[in-house]
Amino acid sequence: MIDKSYFDSLKVNILEQGLGQGLGQGGLSSGEHLFINLYAETSQFIRVNHAKIRQTGMVDDASLEISLIQEDANKSAFTGNDLRKITRAVTLTGNLTLDLETVHAALNKLRNDVLQLPVDPYCVLPTNTGSSAYEKTGVLIPPEDAAWVLLEPVQGIDVVGIYSAGKVIRALANSAGQSHWFATETFSFDYSFFTKSGRALKGVFAGSSWDQKKYLNQVSEEVNRLKVLEKAPKILSKGCYRTFLAPAALSELVSMLSWGALGEASIRQGESPLRLLRSGTQTLSPRFNLYEDFSRGDISRFNEEGVLAPESLPVIHEGKLSNSLVSSRSAKEYQVLPNGAAAHEGLRSPTVQGGKLEEAEILKILYTGLYLSNLHYLNWSDQPGGRITGMTRYACFYVEKGEIICPIENMRFDDTIFNLLGSELLDLTCSASYIPDVGTYNMRSVGGSMMPGLLVSKLEFTL
Amino acid sequence: MSNHLKNAISRVRDTNIEWVGLREVREEIRYSAARDGKPRANSSELSHGLMVEVLANGQFGYASTPNLDEQSIQLAIRKASAQAFSASRWAIHRFSAAQRLRIEMKYTSPVVRSLDSLSIRELNDLLIEISCKLKISPKIVRTEATAATFETHVHFVSSNGSDAEQKFTQISTGFSATAQEGSVVQKRTDAGMRGRSYQGGWEFFQTPALWNSVQMTGAQAVELLSAEECPSEVSSLILKPDQLMLQIHESIGHPLELDRILGDERNYAGSSFVKAGDFGKLVYGSPLMNVTFDPTISHELASSGFDDTGNRATREFIIKDGILLRGLGSLESQVRLGGIPGVANARACSWNRPAIDRITNINLEPGNSSFEDIISSVERGVIMEANRSWSIDDLRNKFQFGCEYGKLIENGKITRTVRNPNYRGITNPFWRSLRKVGDRSTFEVYGTPNCGKGEPNQLARTGHASPICLFENIEIFGGAS
Repeated sequence: MIDKSYFDSLKVNILEQGLGQGLGQGGLSSGEHLFINLYAETSQFIRVNHAKIRQTGMVDDASLEISLIQEDANKSAFTGNDLRKITRAVTLTGNLTLDLETVHAALNKLRNDVLQLPVDPYCVLPTNTGSSAYEKTGVLIPPEDAAWVLLEPVQGIDVVGIYSAGKVIRALANSAGQSHWFATETFSFDYSFFTKSGRALKGVFAGSSWDQKKYLNQVSEEVNRLKVLEKAPKILSKGCYRTFLAPAALSELVSMLSWGALGEASIRQGESPLRLLRSGTQTLSPRFNLYEDFSRGDISRFNEEGVLAPESLPVIHEGKLSNSLVSSRSAKEYQVLPNGAAAHEGLRSPTVQGGKLEEAEILKILYTGLYLSNLHYLNWSDQPGGRITGMTRYACFYVEKGEIICPIENMRFDDTIFNLLGSELLDLTCSASYIPDVGTYNMRSVGGSMMPGLLVSKLEFTL
Repeated sequence: MSNHLKNAISRVRDTNIEWVGLREVREEIRYSAARDGKPRANSSELSHGLMVEVLANGQFGYASTPNLDEQSIQLAIRKASAQAFSASRWAIHRFSAAQRLRIEMKYTSPVVRSLDSLSIRELNDLLIEISCKLKISPKIVRTEATAATFETHVHFVSSNGSDAEQKFTQISTGFSATAQEGSVVQKRTDAGMRGRSYQGGWEFFQTPALWNSVQMTGAQAVELLSAEECPSEVSSLILKPDQLMLQIHESIGHPLELDRILGDERNYAGSSFVKAGDFGKLVYGSPLMNVTFDPTISHELASSGFDDTGNRATREFIIKDGILLRGLGSLESQVRLGGIPGVANARACSWNRPAIDRITNINLEPGNSSFEDIISSVERGVIMEANRSWSIDDLRNKFQFGCEYGKLIENGKITRTVRNPNYRGITNPFWRSLRKVGDRSTFEVYGTPNCGKGEPNQLARTGHASPICLFENIEIFGGAS
């Protein structure tokens, strides 16, 4: 079983006792430095289609990522610029004896391979800036009851989605003595409710303690929301439309900034459109403020190297780039200060500051235009130029004179972030919604984003 | 891998269990990258575990475990069984063991130059040399070279006598040069991001053409800085195989997945404009369009002997003479759709995920037009290559693609280079506008190693091969400014 005491034992054996190999002080050979990162989960997944079960199962998974940094043995004096780094991840079983054998073999391979590598001038050594431990226990549905609890209330509704529940662990230790532990028990039911005509709305019921009454209320609200989707859809012409992006749609747009835009490396290496913000060639709206906000405690603040991100980091302040996301590696390369960004230099806990629009007044303020609940399949159509294309999806409506008239057939947009978050941005809602990250690539994601709605004077639709 | 899996199945005593399958997966992934003449990453991963699948009361349940001892396997079987029983009341379909055929076979990727033939030192030296040689001008501001290898050993056994193994060796390599002059930034890669993904060994990286490709990639990145913008107009479009790869993937592969047609993916990847009644009838494209599911091209990325449910993989026509014939769906999807013909494509990305319908290898078969015939037939158009942007709606209709490099064609001749070439369209009208299909001499094989789909999410490696193709009356356009 993988828990904190298991990780502590692993840590002691690897970092302090050198896996019983009689290595030097601290368990590592001279000139060796180490990071270990643990990723583990115990999850139940129920895949639902037409309010029935398509697939269901349990996943136990754990892996340990070991990064070995080797100083150049031929150097007489340590400079910090003669380092070689190599990383290996191995599957863990939770059986400490077996796992130590696996880790031992991995470390031996790393020790052999690292000597063959060229010096990595931007490699960063472990530091100890403090340790942390966070553990949250949830109240989850027993796995054998989950199907009934989930599906009984939605019979007769065309519901499709994925229920995920269980414990997720992230932990880190390094040879400088730093240690972080993050464990949380959560659930999410990421769903779509469909009408008979094939139109849909999307939602998520998520948290750490299942509340059946709240679930039933949410199901009931969604059924009511479906009614307007029964109307015949409007086929829009190409062109520009005054548009309101609901929080989930804005979350999709903001997530694109994690894809080669906000990272210091992408700005320095010419690929980010936000290099134009730094140079002053472009600006975003002074109403647009984006933060990394870890105060919610739903995601670990430490990155792969144990560096704690600030609890709150202004990224875009009043339309100007106030902080790019700087990993330790970029900090060393470009001689700037790191700010706890992960290696990929993407947003981990984004929050967009609200504006002055009352949510209840949105339709009246939008007056005539489009209300978009969700966007789909966004991609840079011209990354250096800041242009993004994508589709509308789910509950998207044509609004006329402050009233929802009907849903729209899905449309493709193609427009720039300098328009959407800049010159065409009218305002944001004063309230924000929490959009949980329900991704499950490789492992269950944790955390989410806090997003208001966004009103733009025009968004260009092309197909 | 040993007989411990068969032994574990032989010890299952629960008579309510109708079928048990065990799929052990051991995968070694290595990744190295160099940027601007320096190492950027050197990593590896050993993933090893077991997927247990149980059929009970007409419902499949699964449980994955990294523990391969007898006690842990039996525990996983009990967990999978409990999942199946508790879900069976809500089952979307009552399945049987007929969806899990017995298979006994071995499949091994053909490898000419084994992955061990290049040490990590030699690989780093090679990647660094490539990233240095890409910098052919001070205008090149970033260069990168990457190599990923995958060695995957799958052992599948089942209670109805399956005992089959597959040993895949795959490689995915690439390099890129980014050029900048003032506010103009242009990037050129070797066949698009990770396009060079194959089944095999280093023979697909250390090719005779490597250094010419490196030189050309750097030179074309610089060339694009001063190239004119791709025109915005409706005209002829010629796509090279390194862009057609993604066009096939997004607008043929995904919409024909039977699980999408069944609605399983409606909450995530999306559904499909194709309906169950379209098979055998729908005019998907022009009569020149012939598409196969082909697991038999030895170096194509997703070739295999059988899928992850034990179904033997064979080459099948999906679209013939423009007519849709067959879907991309497993035995489970086929029976749910009342017997619509499918293929052996139930694949899982790892031991901790269940098999779902995947694209695997989908190819556009060669026609009879030479490259010269195609170019000379075009009065005005653009030839585009190497994907850099992709997006399509959840029904797989309205798409938009961007490419790295374009050439104008005027009066039957290739003339000037254009930058930021993009095009958009709708799936069936687009494929129906297919006017010429290149011959075997223009046929090339590529792969996409990061196809995302499924709940829980899975990344799959897929292969696509095609000749060059000419499409008429396509909306093309340029970049942001």
